[in-house]
Amino acid sequence: MNLTLKIWRQKNADASGKMQTYNVTDISPEMSFLEMLDVLNEDLLKKGEDPIAFDHDCREGICGMCSLFINGKPHGPSQTTTCQLHMRSFKDGDTVYIEPWRAKAFPVVKDLTVDRSSFDRIIQAGGYISVNTGNAPDANEMPIPKDVVDEAMSSATCIGCGACVAACKNASAMLFVSAKVSQLAMLPQGKPEKQKRVEAMVAQMDEEGFGACTNTGACSAECPKDISLTNIARMNREYFGAKASSENV
Amino acid sequence: MKLDSQVPEGPLAEKWDKHKFNMKLVNPANKRKYEVIVVGTGLAGAAAAASMAELGYNVKAFCFQDSPRRAHSIAAQGGINAAKNYQNDGDSIFRLFYDTVKGGDYRSREANVYRLAEVSVNIIDQAVAQGVPFARDYGGLLANRSFGGAQVSRTFYARGQTGQQLLLGAYSALSRQIAAGKVKMFPRTELLDIVKIDGKAQGIITRNLITGKIESHSAHAVMLCTGGYGNVFYLSTNAMGSNGSAAWRAHRKGALFANPCFTQIHPTCIPVHGEYQSKLTLMSESLRNDGRVWVPKTLEDAEALRKGEKKPSDIAEEDRDYYLERKYPSFGNLVPRDVASRNAKYVCDEGRGVGTGLAVFLDFRDAIERDGEDVISAKYGNLFDMYQQITDTNPYKEPMMIYPAVHYTMGGLWVDYNLMTTVPGLFALGEANFSDHGANRLGASALMQGLADGYFVAPYTIGNYLTNVPYEKPSTDHEEFKKAEAEVNERINKLLNINGNKTVDEFHRELGKIMWDYCGMSRTADGLKQAKKLVQELREEFWTNLKTIGTNDELNLTLEKAIRVADFMELGELMIDDAFNREESCGGHFREEYQTPEGEALRNDEDFSYVSAWEYTGENQPWNLHKEDLIFENVKLTQRSYK
Ligand SMILES: Cc1cc2nc3c(=O)[nH]c(=O)nc-3n(C[C@H](O)[C@H](O)[C@H](O)COP(=O)(O)OP(=O)(O)OC[C@H]3O[C@@H](n4cnc5c(N)ncnc54)[C@H](O)[C@@H]3O)c2cc1C
Ligand code: FES
Repeated sequence: MNLTLKIWRQKNADASGKMQTYNVTDISPEMSFLEMLDVLNEDLLKKGEDPIAFDHDCREGICGMCSLFINGKPHGPSQTTTCQLHMRSFKDGDTVYIEPWRAKAFPVVKDLTVDRSSFDRIIQAGGYISVNTGNAPDANEMPIPKDVVDEAMSSATCIGCGACVAACKNASAMLFVSAKVSQLAMLPQGKPEKQKRVEAMVAQMDEEGFGACTNTGACSAECPKDISLTNIARMNREYFGAKASSENV
Repeated sequence: MKLDSQVPEGPLAEKWDKHKFNMKLVNPANKRKYEVIVVGTGLAGAAAAASMAELGYNVKAFCFQDSPRRAHSIAAQGGINAAKNYQNDGDSIFRLFYDTVKGGDYRSREANVYRLAEVSVNIIDQAVAQGVPFARDYGGLLANRSFGGAQVSRTFYARGQTGQQLLLGAYSALSRQIAAGKVKMFPRTELLDIVKIDGKAQGIITRNLITGKIESHSAHAVMLCTGGYGNVFYLSTNAMGSNGSAAWRAHRKGALFANPCFTQIHPTCIPVHGEYQSKLTLMSESLRNDGRVWVPKTLEDAEALRKGEKKPSDIAEEDRDYYLERKYPSFGNLVPRDVASRNAKYVCDEGRGVGTGLAVFLDFRDAIERDGEDVISAKYGNLFDMYQQITDTNPYKEPMMIYPAVHYTMGGLWVDYNLMTTVPGLFALGEANFSDHGANRLGASALMQGLADGYFVAPYTIGNYLTNVPYEKPSTDHEEFKKAEAEVNERINKLLNINGNKTVDEFHRELGKIMWDYCGMSRTADGLKQAKKLVQELREEFWTNLKTIGTNDELNLTLEKAIRVADFMELGELMIDDAFNREESCGGHFREEYQTPEGEALRNDEDFSYVSAWEYTGENQPWNLHKEDLIFENVKLTQRSYK
């Protein structure tokens, strides 16, 4: 099939960018979306033009490195990561718009590549359990009910891609932050630090310039890993609980 | 050069304890005077960086992805082994040790493997304490599954995302140390060289992938945790950015490279579907528990299937060849990875492959008839969905098509018992070293090894090394840094100014094809000779006909790839040499000349019970082979049989 691509080009963080049009031909429906871009990039390179920069690594939907805002949706039309999106989701003659994640806290680095280090800093603020190597008791010393661990696992599957932020009209990071807060607050190992953790992570989230949550649910609807909105409710509970008993009130 | 493995004296089970006691300790107050560089933040690197920082050392950590959380370890699915014996099914440290040595076809070092089995139990404790949500039973205790090559249930798992959860655990520990100021993290930064001063590794040269800036970092020791080199084959299950460059640069600086030809080819991957294909996807091995592998008996049927004139269901039962069940009646579809892979190749070479010709069926028809679709779906639902998403065919209705793909590299930098390479002060951890898996790695053992090295081995052994190192570290103005920076700049300039016609991907694809055809699932002396010539020619063409674009001082993906592929061009040749030298078949290395009358791998313990460790002697110069003899005092060498 043949497609028209409208792609955001931006030389670097300081440059201004614009949409540019490209045509690709003979695209097979079995190709992944990123393989389609590979083909375009080989073409551009052969013509002596700068290939389009985009992030990717595992191409299996697990590392969270790929992004892309495709036809107005993070990771495109189906609820998967861009690397797992296949060209059979498009029709011959389609025009496809490809943009980077748009959020103040995710500045563009080049073309479709953005800087998501704000997510790392939120984890650094408290997204861990303080246990040094070698400090741990036997793994079976503390049984954890199966339903609790299953629930914690569902929160823990977040891949940190940032689609939730890109989907949100306020560019809020609530789904990302709440998934980590929930996972650790549910597990007995994470309970001792849960108050301090939620306060520190939320404070960092605000400092990074993510927007407020107005409960539209777009984040969860677009999340390639199906992270549920109940995480946000749980985090709000944790947060207000923490604030109520915190000395900082 | 004499290889000294530094394996401590004494009975196997006491070696590590004794060694820990005999090693010198750095006084807690003095640890902060030392700085250590950790390259890579996968399981090995993140665990090492966090643990060293907790001990008080200053750490600089590097990775090429935009965040340390995205290292390739994240993609591991199946699980992690540990000798906990929670299932009371007769597991023990000795049994895990024994299974690993046997699974590796007796080409690994006993003492290292025993230590791995010993610390495996601590890994699970550590991960659970970090909040890793391993699967549990209704009583709230940890669940286990069994995995290939073992008769006990010792694999811990977190759904199909064990690597992700373990890496996020290590990443959280790393993040805590970054916040504490003990680790300085450099994402999107690639190592381009190692700097040696007075014969010791004392720093690295890096390139900032956003700005292109070439920088020097000095330290008291350097740890490479940079993963495997499976991408030398172009197509593999590895992540797109996985590369061999860090290990290769270390090799060129004097670190011996061990067993480079030992590569693992995984039998159940989704077949290649086109020229443009960028990577291969693994389908969990567990599918072979219920799926039956077959191809048609006749060439005519195979051709009709390939042309779409017949459907799999048109092939009558008596016209199907369930070749694994036929050849290996006792193990059937559950033979080890190398045997399953090789046999798929044979039937396709005969012309009986399906799909593109390079695929075999993995059929669930009988299992669904026997157990019902709901039972099969409960077991494999997510895998079936993934398969359908990628191939657009429904495996409940039609058999899956699979083909082997490159998955893991057992070879790597030679290290002694302390995980130190032959360059003093340069350590290698995780898939980047050669140490524990011999000629074949068992499932669920790579995660175990990466974390064992990072959490529980290197933090001790590096301390012992540092006790002899002065606090003063060299300045990055030292002439060796300047020289190395100049060399890196020269290499980059050369790559950017060839002005040829062929792209990096074209070269990489060609290299991969040579490696796959001649140094893949089965190898011959003639083929390897031919391959060596082809790789040399390709490398020459690379340096005269490569097309790149842009400059060094920007985000330049073409340049990044060119730097990595240039190193693969050299590493590929060494793999071929190693495969040529090893005149036996063992584990993942199958030389057609050396097989039993039934076509099985024939080891030669008399002449090849050694680790081949290759020394770099210069550009386009032959390598020097050093041998570390393997001595087995605790296991008896036997021929593997799966008939
Ligand atoms: C699809 C798949 C499934 C698997 N499943 C399992 C399983 O179920 N069980 C199991 O035990 N094993 C499994 N494995 C194997 C296992 O995942 C790996 O062997 C292991 O995770 C490697 O860890 P590592 O820490 O050594 O390296 P990696 O996780 O590969 O990390 C390498 C790190 O080095 C960095 N790096 C590399 N080169 C450079 C450079 N030049 N400069 C700077 N940084 C660099 C990278 O950024 C990265 O941070 C699987 C592998 C694959 C491909
Ligand atoms: S490339 Fe890893 S999730 Fe898409």
